[in-house]
Amino acid sequence: MTIEVRDLTKVYGKTLAVDHLSFEVRPGMVTGFLGPNGAGKSTTMRMILGLDRPTSGTSMIDGKPYQDLRDPLTRVGSLLDANWVHPNRSARAHLRWMARSNGLPTSRVDEVLQLVGLHDVAGKRAGQYSLGMKQRLGLAGALLGDPGVLLFDEPVNGLDPEGILWIRTLMRNLAAQGRTVLVSSHLLSEMSLTADHLVVIGRGRLIADAPTAEFISAATRSTVRVRSPRIAELVPLLQTQLAATVEPVDGAPDAATVSGAAIDRIGEAAAAAGIALHELSPQNGSLEQAFIELTAQSTEFASHPGPSGTAPSALRGPLPASHGSPLAGSAPDGSALAPDRSAVAPLAPAAYDSAAARHAATEGK
Amino acid sequence: MERIKLFSTRSPYWCLAVVLAAALLFAILMGTLQNGENASVFTSQSGMGLGMSVFMVLATLAVTTEYRFGTIRTSFQAVPRRANVLLAKTGLLVVLAAVTATVSSFAAFFLVKALAHSPAEPLTLATGGDWRAVLGHAALFPIAAVIALAVGVLVRQSAGAITIVLVWPLLIESLVRLIPKVGTNISNWMPFNAGSKFVTYISSGGAQQEALSQVLSGGPTPLEGLAVFAGTAVALWIVALLVLQRRDA
Repeated sequence: MTIEVRDLTKVYGKTLAVDHLSFEVRPGMVTGFLGPNGAGKSTTMRMILGLDRPTSGTSMIDGKPYQDLRDPLTRVGSLLDANWVHPNRSARAHLRWMARSNGLPTSRVDEVLQLVGLHDVAGKRAGQYSLGMKQRLGLAGALLGDPGVLLFDEPVNGLDPEGILWIRTLMRNLAAQGRTVLVSSHLLSEMSLTADHLVVIGRGRLIADAPTAEFISAATRSTVRVRSPRIAELVPLLQTQLAATVEPVDGAPDAATVSGAAIDRIGEAAAAAGIALHELSPQNGSLEQAFIELTAQSTEFASHPGPSGTAPSALRGPLPASHGSPLAGSAPDGSALAPDRSAVAPLAPAAYDSAAARHAATEGK
Repeated sequence: MERIKLFSTRSPYWCLAVVLAAALLFAILMGTLQNGENASVFTSQSGMGLGMSVFMVLATLAVTTEYRFGTIRTSFQAVPRRANVLLAKTGLLVVLAAVTATVSSFAAFFLVKALAHSPAEPLTLATGGDWRAVLGHAALFPIAAVIALAVGVLVRQSAGAITIVLVWPLLIESLVRLIPKVGTNISNWMPFNAGSKFVTYISSGGAQQEALSQVLSGGPTPLEGLAVFAGTAVALWIVALLVLQRRDA
């Protein structure tokens, strides 16, 4: 069972929520659907589920539109919003009507209630549930028909650490059972722990479609920070011997940021030249920082992103253009995205290649 | 499925209780005031108009609460053919409306019969008109329920939809009467007034009966009235279905 989104577009009035989006979600893995708030993740999921009518384009589940699925709850389970329950209806009654509508036995209701740990409170009115309990009820609804495809919209929002861990494990287990799992989130750090593959969107457009590890390593290039009393001698040495790129550090005249050279080699080169080092430390670009910069100009409600010390220089490039320009982040057309695209350039070829390779692989089957 | 949804919350039970209470309360008044001099088969049903309004609230809520709490999306995910969701809701409400109306109207009639010492006319279900005045509600309630359901689908919001289904029959159709010359005639042919002709039956005899029939005369015949009322319901239901299918849930 795959989810196949082709050229999907949704326009609300004058707002372009989803812009010719195409991607594929495959079984047996957790696919993260990543993007800032307002990027069009929920809208896309609603269109996949037949709740919203696409302006153009299609989305298919196992080659069929959602409307054509028979007993859809046995094919596709979803948790879009945990609050979609009647507060005066008990959890059991809520699941019973869902089960009845798709020809599922009532015994299945008790099974899923047991599975999510709500069995003891199933007769209570759902309005009295905490958010975590509602989330579990929503998951019970998603799992009710034992579906092969699962969609979760921001499932960890508002959960305590225990609940987050529980959902994360559950999603991984569901994928390990061979199911197709699509999980949306605006947190890259969360997705880096859960997802095997990432579909990244901003302003309704595809930014990347790549394995998580590949996306992260491309998005966060690591650098090395050195500090030495003889920095003036060290810099030319690193440039000539290791062919490294060295940049000065603002406010620290005895320090420099080195990229393009392994940390061991930097230390060895300094020792060979007899230069004392006061600091030799790896600087891993933060995931969040990289993600913000990748999607900054595609964020609908952008604040002005500022250059940051930890940002990898390749990604920092386009930012000064938008810094201080209120229009850059909010231009309604695609023009603001152009510098953004160039920022993605080092990442894009790998991402699109792998997408093409996957496509070829599925066609070969 | 719709049955579970409707009966797993409390407000439908309250609405049904109020429908019955309204029918019985007016029956007690008719049967006891002035020893039941005003009691007739027709007046024994005085509480049914109010009861019908309350049932319309129930029918409206059956759809607007789904929008309020987002369960409409779950419904459409479970049954993506939206016409089937609307059909299921309609079917359930039509049956429930017919049963509720039958129970309430007979209960009211027999209560008045038991209470009234000197009724204006013999309280018997002798003629077709007598039966129509009582059992006719079992036809009107389902039609009213369909109208309320359609309004609920179109408006989606409880307060707005309930206001419409209450103000329309109780206020708007009466206010139209105030238009000079043509007002009364238009009012008589408006859906709820026309529908009420179906349960209006004045047997001859008695000064009060004469006065009553003066007030209630004019407008469509009972069957014409029923047709106008039912036609309105069908038209609104079709519009609601078309809107439901086009709209984002």
